[in-house]
Amino acid sequence: MATPLKRIRGLGAAHHGTETFWRQRLTAVANVPLLIFLIWFVVSHVGASYDKVRECLANPIVAVLMLALIWSAAIHMRIGLREIIEDYVHTKMCKTVSLMAVTFFAALVGLASTLAILKISFGS
Amino acid sequence: MTNKLEAERPLSPHLQIYRPMLTMMMSIAHRITGAGLAIGFALLAWWLVAVSMGPEHYECVQTFFGSFIGRALLFAFTWALIHHMLGGIRHLIWDTGTGLDKTTIEVFAWATIIGSILLTVLVWVIGYHQMGGL
Repeated sequence: MATPLKRIRGLGAAHHGTETFWRQRLTAVANVPLLIFLIWFVVSHVGASYDKVRECLANPIVAVLMLALIWSAAIHMRIGLREIIEDYVHTKMCKTVSLMAVTFFAALVGLASTLAILKISFGS
Repeated sequence: MTNKLEAERPLSPHLQIYRPMLTMMMSIAHRITGAGLAIGFALLAWWLVAVSMGPEHYECVQTFFGSFIGRALLFAFTWALIHHMLGGIRHLIWDTGTGLDKTTIEVFAWATIIGSILLTVLVWVIGYHQMGGL
């Protein structure tokens, strides 16, 4: 009979155990306050001028929270979208391509947002 | 031969066999809102990039978000975000092993639905108030 130790050493069929599950929960917990912050930020800048919005986004606290949100949400989104594909797409080629596409999309959206925040912060 | 075996093997009942239930719909809604928020994220990225690129680009994005379609989209994304967040909090509570009895899951489901609608309306009322309208 397999002991718990023996079972955990293999870390399951995918060989990374509960890592994805845990990462999804970790980013979920982080996303709650960060998205409340985003909603607050957007709502409090409704109708504000371009200069005002840019100045507020350049604030280091705002910029750090935005970067944290972007990365946490991108990781969370990648896991969630992959889960949907893994559940419903069963053709091997189609599945591989869509799983790759999800990672590319998450990276693109995350990197573009990151660059935007950095540009705004450094004022270039 | 193979076909015959496949047809005869016992199959577990799938979705269409069940009467639609609230908790089941909530699970589906959680997935749909999650997938929809991916588009919302792309819009956020677009907005941030526009701010970084200068006033003309920002003006263009603001015109889109200010239009009827833009506002409708933003309203839908606000609801999807809050619904997915409340649904997620429900999942985090379940992860601790509590709140899994029949009554509580029904209460959680209704709390998510009603809470998401109320909070979405609240956010938009504050938003319009901020603009000086309403």
